[in-house]
Amino acid sequence: MTKINKNIAPFTFYTRFNLPELTGLTASNLVQLLRLIREVPGSSIYHHTHRFVEKHQYLSLESPNDFSGWVSNVLGEKTLGEKLNGIDTFGFSTIHDLRRALVETIEAYLKEHPEAKKRFADRDSLFHFIKSVSFILPMPYRVDSLESFERVLKRVSISSIFFHMYEARLRLERGTNDFSYWLETALLKKELGDRIAALDPYAFTLEGLRKKIINILENNKK
Amino acid sequence: MKKLDEYRPIVGRNIIRELRFLGERLQGKSVLNINSTRIGGGVAEILINLVPLLNQVGVEARWDVISGDPAFFDVTKKIHNALHGRPETITEDDYQLFIEVNLRNMERMDLGGDIVFIHDPQPIMLINRKTRRQKWIWRCHIDISRADKVLFQFLREYIIKYDSLVFSSPLFSRRFPRRQFLISPSIDPLSDKNRELPEETIANVLNKYRIDPGRPILTQISRFDYLKDPVGVIETFKLVKKYNDCQLILAGNKAADDPETDKILAEVREAAGDDPDIHILLISPENNDIEINALQRASTVIIQKSIREGFGLVVSEALWKARPVVASAVGGIPLQVEHERTGILCRTIVGAAWGVKKLLNNPEYAAWLGKNGKEHVRQHFLLTRHLRDYLLLFLALYRDEDIIML
Repeated sequence: MTKINKNIAPFTFYTRFNLPELTGLTASNLVQLLRLIREVPGSSIYHHTHRFVEKHQYLSLESPNDFSGWVSNVLGEKTLGEKLNGIDTFGFSTIHDLRRALVETIEAYLKEHPEAKKRFADRDSLFHFIKSVSFILPMPYRVDSLESFERVLKRVSISSIFFHMYEARLRLERGTNDFSYWLETALLKKELGDRIAALDPYAFTLEGLRKKIINILENNKK
Repeated sequence: MKKLDEYRPIVGRNIIRELRFLGERLQGKSVLNINSTRIGGGVAEILINLVPLLNQVGVEARWDVISGDPAFFDVTKKIHNALHGRPETITEDDYQLFIEVNLRNMERMDLGGDIVFIHDPQPIMLINRKTRRQKWIWRCHIDISRADKVLFQFLREYIIKYDSLVFSSPLFSRRFPRRQFLISPSIDPLSDKNRELPEETIANVLNKYRIDPGRPILTQISRFDYLKDPVGVIETFKLVKKYNDCQLILAGNKAADDPETDKILAEVREAAGDDPDIHILLISPENNDIEINALQRASTVIIQKSIREGFGLVVSEALWKARPVVASAVGGIPLQVEHERTGILCRTIVGAAWGVKKLLNNPEYAAWLGKNGKEHVRQHFLLTRHLRDYLLLFLALYRDEDIIML
């Protein structure tokens, strides 16, 4: 029988909705892009590094952030695009650090390739900075055992999985995903929590991530 | 009236459940929607379906339209074109008429409600009746990125009085001292225009218009409007037909606020000449939805060769039917058609013709694009997503944070 830590509340599933807010800020070249990446709110950096996760649930993932796609496809700076693509979003625990990595990557490239400053996007292809306004609300699903956790995980919306695996960890700066934290602190299943925490969620579609977590839970029973 | 639960088989029970949870957070709020016509055009089509659903999740939603004579709608048509960047002469008398009709509506209309939601420029001046306790939203369905400067300055005076603004594409936004949200429009998968049809219905419609079901069919569905480039579609067809046997359907109806249709229809008929494979169909409003649905489902390739678009919802309608699409990369179309993932984007007549030929000659590729396109619409452009975004928008009017705990 699952051992419950009575001091910790049962796990409540939340869901999260995103309403994109237009900032009206646009970049037409790398210098402007760099300046605005430094200045825009964290919610804009978050939007442009997470939009792809929610956007593509049926096809393989495209560029893992909007900056790399724009730099490659619009400005034609394929090398920088690849470097931005390679930034390991999962390796950062705050938006602040992720922003710094983006800035340092573009700065280093411009230092090495100053001619890149002269490439401009046409007016139909500007980079438009958008920010994510997140609405987080509890769902009526509270679980207090591994079995009920798995049962609910199989049927919650992918928005709920997105919230607990991506948003809680990076945007709310909880350090790890909510599932791992609860498995470790409430159910005292540290090893199981660690296995889920070790997944790079940015390498999956949301449904793929759900399947992977359920797979880990089922393997644990064996 | 459709019930929210009827959408469950299409979008899944979680989406429906979450909509009800969001609606609970807005219980008792009243929302008044205002636009310029109850019939014809994308805005009216959306409101017909969305207003009842808002009520079903607990928002007290109403819908009203401004009244105006044909002269007013001639002016608003010019305004529409000039906002899209087409050269138009808008005279002092035109501005005066626009102001007078808005003032008359201001006096006549009941503008009560916690939230007043104004759609497009025609009723924009009603904002002058905003009370201190109300929140007002202006939703612009038009691509205003190339708007006439004088006209834009005139409208800006009113735009900045609204609490929040809504645009359909990031390309349309400018810097305003107001919050601006990005909300795509949507299609209703249960409407006569989009629901599944029996094969017999499709066959009957083709038979009615003497279209050969045994040969490839290219179709553009749109109002007969310069901005939809129907003559460009005929030229595209002529290029394709050099190498591929096919037929062309240009089909549309008349919107109540569009006085230009007859003139453009004459130009289209002249461009078509006596080619029996070009079918120009002016569909009567009473048959419109089912017949448009049938024509889209019968099509081998659907074209949308617009010069300017607000969003171009007809593209989502085609994608929802898993049809392969060739469409111009303007307005909101690139949000719906991701090049070579959910359709083919074009910028020229020759580009459109190349795309159509590629699809006609590679039916497996065309089917793959169509399948992707349908899933893309299921996730992003159905009415239930639109309903969710409006509920979030209403909640955002009362909260300034980027992370809102409900």
